[in-house]
Amino acid sequence: MPQLPRITARDWSSQPPYLHPEYRSTVLRAPKRPLVTLAATLAELAQPVYGHEDLGPLDHDLTRNAAVNGEPLGERIVVTGRVLDERGRPVRGTLVELWQCNAAGRYVHRVDQHDAPLDPNFLGAGRALTDEHGHYRFLTIKPGAYPWGNHPNAWRPNHIHFSLFGEHFASRLVTQMYFPGDPLLELDPIYRSTPAGVRERLVSRFSMDVTQEGFALGYEFDIVLRGPLQTPTQVS
Amino acid sequence: MSTVPGQTPSQTVGPFFAYGLVPTQYGYPFRSLFGPDLAEPRTPGTPIVIGGRVLDGNGDPIGDALLEIQHADAQGRRPTSAADVAATGFRGFGRMGTGTLPGHRYAFRTIKPGSTPDGQAPHVDLIVTMRGLLSHAFTRIYFDDEPEANARDPVLASVPADRRTTLLARREDLPGGRVYLFDVRMQGDAETVFFDV
Repeated sequence: MPQLPRITARDWSSQPPYLHPEYRSTVLRAPKRPLVTLAATLAELAQPVYGHEDLGPLDHDLTRNAAVNGEPLGERIVVTGRVLDERGRPVRGTLVELWQCNAAGRYVHRVDQHDAPLDPNFLGAGRALTDEHGHYRFLTIKPGAYPWGNHPNAWRPNHIHFSLFGEHFASRLVTQMYFPGDPLLELDPIYRSTPAGVRERLVSRFSMDVTQEGFALGYEFDIVLRGPLQTPTQVS
Repeated sequence: MSTVPGQTPSQTVGPFFAYGLVPTQYGYPFRSLFGPDLAEPRTPGTPIVIGGRVLDGNGDPIGDALLEIQHADAQGRRPTSAADVAATGFRGFGRMGTGTLPGHRYAFRTIKPGSTPDGQAPHVDLIVTMRGLLSHAFTRIYFDDEPEANARDPVLASVPADRRTTLLARREDLPGGRVYLFDVRMQGDAETVFFDV
């Protein structure tokens, strides 16, 4: 049997629990039985096959990739960062997918019934591959806050959804990026489902280095995925 | 900076992922990178459909779940490059939401996987996520017409005996072809075994 790299474990001190009753939808959906520990077999699987040829030239630019007859409304922003493993090494060529609501706080999704306008020039979906240093970069519109039915007068903070594969089937991550200084963060049961002292990793940093003069504010969001625990030659 | 930050926490995929992750399936003007078809007619192996529902703690089918499956080909090998995929038409990975088929069903069209070289029974690795799930869940689909291979499988052996049936897909031979039915139960007496991977 070939010796394959093992991947670091899911760190449950960094991850939210399945059941978090303040987020009501978890109550009927969170698994209740203990997870069964699985030997490395599954963790060793690679990510799915995809490549540069699968992405369109505007996939990373949400201000243009769905434009019909003009530019989307709202505040242009650059969202960029690095994808790293837990040893700080860049994760190269990995797919970063994101989706978000528009500047008015409305999702294109047909299920979204929030009474705020759609933007005919904004879909809110994008994707990119990281470069050889693990960098990704998107140009988009700052998403608005919006109400939801979790509890009375509940509002989601501004956020962008992220989906990443990393190098392994088990390094899969679906998460949300937030914005610094948002007063809704401390009221949001989804953000607060993650332990204090850890949830701050989900908040992007405002950056003047990334900000483009006369054009767009810049936010940095680094993402740390599970990666190889040790090199294959060290496996005993 | 010398300190390496810890893992980025997971957050729920939420209810509105369709136009970002599975836009073609839901009819949004953005091209899906992954869909419910893992194989082509020319792909070697037995064509099958793997389908079912995702059920909540009340037993109700969930209409906003996202499933991702990954499995080996009929010879137990996994495609690792675009050239591999081009050679056989087998993608090895599929993604589907439960919001477009009647009854909130999912259905992947693929070929039956073979046993893997390390002796594992034919199986499918499955990631399930949805609104209300703060971290995605990992599970596995095995096939109920592989009793001998299943009896030797090391992962099934690690699962308490009375819960192994939650990982078995049930074969039905229908006029349109062979179907394996597999419901994911998030809670309840027959809660699906989820793995800490």
